[in-house]
Amino acid sequence: MYESVILRTVARVMMPLLLLLAAFMLLRGHNLPGGGFIGGLLASAAIIMQIIAFGPTFARKVIRVGYLNMAAFGVFFGAFWGLPALFFNLPYMDAFWINDPIPGIGKIGTPVLFDVGVFLAVIGVTTRVALLLAEEPELFPMYVQAETEELS
Amino acid sequence: MANHLFLPLVSLMIGAALAVLFGRQRWLARGIVVGSVLFHLVYSLRLLWVVAEHGRQVSQAGGWLAPFGITFVADGASAIMLAVASLLTLMTVLYSFASLDEGYERYFYYPLLLLLLLGVSGAFMTGDLFNLYVWFEVLLLASFGLITLGGTRAQLEGGLKYVVLNLFGSIAFLIGCGLVYGVVGTLNMAHIAERMQTIQQPGIMTAIACVFLFAFGSKAAILPLFFWLPTSYHTPPVAVTAIFSGLLTKVGAYSLYRLLGTVMQNELIHLAPWILTIAWLTMLVGVFGAMAQMNVRRILSFHIVSQIGYSVMGLGLASSLGLAAGLLFTAHVMIVKTALFFIGGAAEQIYGTGDIKKMGGLARREPALAIFWFLGIISLAGLPPMSGFFGKLALLQAGVTQGAWLVTSVATLTGILTLFSMLKIWNEVFWKKSYADVSKLPRVSPGLLLPGALLVIVSLALGLGASVLVDYTTVAGMQLFDQAGYIQSVCGLDGCEAVFQTAIR
Repeated sequence: MYESVILRTVARVMMPLLLLLAAFMLLRGHNLPGGGFIGGLLASAAIIMQIIAFGPTFARKVIRVGYLNMAAFGVFFGAFWGLPALFFNLPYMDAFWINDPIPGIGKIGTPVLFDVGVFLAVIGVTTRVALLLAEEPELFPMYVQAETEELS
Repeated sequence: MANHLFLPLVSLMIGAALAVLFGRQRWLARGIVVGSVLFHLVYSLRLLWVVAEHGRQVSQAGGWLAPFGITFVADGASAIMLAVASLLTLMTVLYSFASLDEGYERYFYYPLLLLLLLGVSGAFMTGDLFNLYVWFEVLLLASFGLITLGGTRAQLEGGLKYVVLNLFGSIAFLIGCGLVYGVVGTLNMAHIAERMQTIQQPGIMTAIACVFLFAFGSKAAILPLFFWLPTSYHTPPVAVTAIFSGLLTKVGAYSLYRLLGTVMQNELIHLAPWILTIAWLTMLVGVFGAMAQMNVRRILSFHIVSQIGYSVMGLGLASSLGLAAGLLFTAHVMIVKTALFFIGGAAEQIYGTGDIKKMGGLARREPALAIFWFLGIISLAGLPPMSGFFGKLALLQAGVTQGAWLVTSVATLTGILTLFSMLKIWNEVFWKKSYADVSKLPRVSPGLLLPGALLVIVSLALGLGASVLVDYTTVAGMQLFDQAGYIQSVCGLDGCEAVFQTAIR
């Protein structure tokens, strides 16, 4: 946690913007720069900014998600959408697309759904790692105590 | 086209993800884990049959043609390795049900096991050099988790050595990939093999082959690079050590077979005398190291090193005969080594220590355990009718046929020394009278005994039905050494260069 009015104000403003940008990146990603991985990193940046500005407890309270389950679900979801091709005797991961693009979202097909899986997995893993690092003093209080005693 | 080649990998990945999601419902998670490994086993047994019937199976991910996309190839060698790996993982899962406490389950032990098998199966089947690197990373990450799960001081110490030294191997692997891409401009194995035939400077390919020999050699624990293995393998729970001994070093050996045996054959023939020297030195140093040890799992760990020497000997003979014999031996030793770790681990669990001086009297107390241990060590030492006899016989025959007298005689000597060192465990743990009162010890549960016993029975069955196995590995060895056939099945009859040229035009 970092007590700074500037950082907290910026974090508050940036969170919805970053999440929107993440969704935008995710959806444009299949044929243009972007995609599930980059979108996921942007979304987790939004959450990690909350962790830095307001502390891990607050961040957990604002977005109540089990990040590990989210990552696992992402892996499942991504792996799953390669499977339909097998039923049509095509190689794994062969793509299916709908014919007409949905206005505002664009063309949807199995690669986009795969990207959603990657998106969830990346958010889950990076945020979980950041949370563990931020919560380390709370999870292992005795080490920190021993160290501060040594220092003083 | 065999589009089903991705199925075992997808089943493991989905299984791992679901097992994390449903981690709270213990029995459901266990069911998912067993289910996905069972699917993998059934699939790979069927693959054994399909490959024998129809030859190599090739699949291109997403339908991208060979030198561009990611290729999966299954030939005899990959099918055998895949089947053995999934059998061992299934047994390890069953053994873990009986031997591990719930804490491991809460920290994702079973999903990690699935990911380990995922990385191993990917490495067995991939036809792309960089993809091979990725699968290695998958299996290494899973193994880093498995070796430190539990977090005792000894585990963290062993885990640190394991991680650091494996990272050196990975870096060498990555450097090798970069060099290959710089020199021949492709990472598809078939395409590399094709372009290497027309390369102008032959010296650089020898250098690259040496980099890969270092990289895979450090994973496989050959002579100067084996020291990480005995210092780390006895620290995690028995089930983890057992599956590591069955899979990890063998993936390194298999990758050497695939890369030097199929892709860089000319370099293999250059390097063959050196590889044979490494092979007999590895055998001897491993077995002598085992003699000095007084801990069940440490002794077995040094024997892993010694057995890797035999696998490398099959490679060093640089012929389809040698590769076939090496494959036969590797498949046998994966099964038997894991079985011995299971049984030795069960004895260790009964006594609460792995120090063989403090153990004893188990032959009276647990006759079933003792019988299976005895059959296991006979198989490891290479006495008939177990599978070890035929594994070593094939290697020695190949060695004698090709006049590699030194390595052949050392291999024979190592067999005797192996028996000697295994009998040390037999005498101390099972035969001698115990100092303490044996009757107060806990009995071995069927869950601890059965996985090891089953694997020993498999070894016996493979020994009794050796002709089938020998025929299969002979074909697999020929497929492995058949570079032109490999290129044709991956890229079509005209080869990869033709596909490449048509595409860029």
